Amino acid sequence: MSVRVLLPNAFQKHTNGAKEIESKAANLPQLIEEIEVSFPALKQHLRDSDGQLRRFINFYVNDEDIRFLGNEKYSFQDGDEVLVIPSIAGGSSSCLNALGASLCSCCSYCGRENCLCDI
Amino acid sequence: MAVAYELRCRDCGKRFKNDPLSSCDECFSPLEVVYDMDAAKRTFTRESIAGGPASMWRYQSLLPVPEDYAAPTPAGWTPLLEAPRLAKRIGAKNLFIKNDAVCLPTLSFKDRVVSVALANAKIFGFDTVGCSSTGNLANAVAAQAVRMGFKTYILVPADLEPAKILNTQVYGATLVRVEGNYDHVNRLSSQIAERFHWGFVNVNLRPYYAEGSKTVGYEIAEQLGWRLPDNVVVPMAGGSLITKIRKAFKELVELGLVAEKQVRFFGAQATGCSPISTAVKAGSDIIEPQRPNTIARSLAIGNPADGPYAARAIRDSGGWAEDVSDVEIVSAIQELAETEGVFTETAGGVTTAVTARLYAHGRISPDDVTVSCITGNGLKTTDALAGKYEAERTIRPRMADFEEFVAQHEVRGIVVDDMVSGELVGGEYVR
Repeated sequence: MSVRVLLPNAFQKHTNGAKEIESKAANLPQLIEEIEVSFPALKQHLRDSDGQLRRFINFYVNDEDIRFLGNEKYSFQDGDEVLVIPSIAGGSSSCLNALGASLCSCCSYCGRENCLCDI
Repeated sequence: MAVAYELRCRDCGKRFKNDPLSSCDECFSPLEVVYDMDAAKRTFTRESIAGGPASMWRYQSLLPVPEDYAAPTPAGWTPLLEAPRLAKRIGAKNLFIKNDAVCLPTLSFKDRVVSVALANAKIFGFDTVGCSSTGNLANAVAAQAVRMGFKTYILVPADLEPAKILNTQVYGATLVRVEGNYDHVNRLSSQIAERFHWGFVNVNLRPYYAEGSKTVGYEIAEQLGWRLPDNVVVPMAGGSLITKIRKAFKELVELGLVAEKQVRFFGAQATGCSPISTAVKAGSDIIEPQRPNTIARSLAIGNPADGPYAARAIRDSGGWAEDVSDVEIVSAIQELAETEGVFTETAGGVTTAVTARLYAHGRISPDDVTVSCITGNGLKTTDALAGKYEAERTIRPRMADFEEFVAQHEVRGIVVDDMVSGELVGGEYVR
């Protein structure tokens, strides 16, 4: 069983220019681990300070957003093509609790209450 | 004097020189344009703005373009209309409509963002530009690209409204109809921009593109006499516009051009595609993607790129988000046209219906100064009104026929108008 994983340009600084890999991962968590093993320099960039995969990195399987396929529960099929694409914009999880509720109203980027950040 | 600008990562703050980039190469977060605000305090003044052209380019010194850039198309500076008749119907008193249904050159607010994006496409030396679009962006890119000499490739969902397809093709753009929804189209566009090294306005030119939206906010403040409104109601597709209007207001406060004020932001979506309003109602910034199913196709983005930022902007401002059904959208299109003479596309129907609901639910006080943002023209989505109007019977070119027609019409009109603003007194209709 093998899937083809296409990596975005934004990753290539950390992958020695590699644009794609073949993977034997059975599901998304395994794939992420495999990417991190193959490209150790990428690991600290893929995850935030809490060790969570950054939310603005999207995975698609054969043109479909993996979140519509069950996300981590989806089992890769032999020959699947997996696309990794950063969102054109993304989110921030700081100042949120585990359920996503806001813990404060400060800016998630500069930390100030009344900031000029674009959020 | 031009105000210096550069790109900055929204998350880790890493700075980048001006390049066609959309993501940080350290944390893959999106990039945005930041300015030398100290320099802006010297150059971005009420006087300098008033001396500028009657277009969005009156704000050029706080847009990401060189000082000597001459825009080939005068987008923006659209009317801010008082809306007393609509206000009366929905229980408002100080309601305004920011009418980008008449924005040049293609009748939607996307003309603003494209103006800035293509300016940068020229600066970066692209010969081919493109975009993924639900229609309005396609029209704007096609029209402006031809004036700037670009080759143009535009990707749209295959089921787009016919008028929006025609309004792209007529400018000579190469249209690619993709079997899928906008989110599929957007993903493909990201891949194309990387593979072909083209300037995709909402991918690798996005930080610059998004800055064009700010001008809606600048204009609202200037047209209100350099003051901020109490509330703004904004349609949300990708979620960028609402955040950029907020950014514009914050910049005006920082530069001392308006008095500081807590403006509340309200987001509008169709129930058939409401990932942002769903998040706001749940008290979350986490956007769960949805499969769009609504007639408001220009808002039908199930995985909105700026959704988390939009949700946060709404929550932090003390605002709210609502979503409305397709039936309500069509009724609101008719309501806005019949009361204020503004014919909007389905997105404007969403905004108008949501505005009415916000008043009805007491989320906006009747006395508040509220601006409802209409972002596109109804001529592009006339199919949404199919079957809503009967063809009037014909008459012969004779006065007797006309008098009979008027008599019948007035009888019908009494019934209709009485529901609006008049009353029947002794069998006679009195306004």
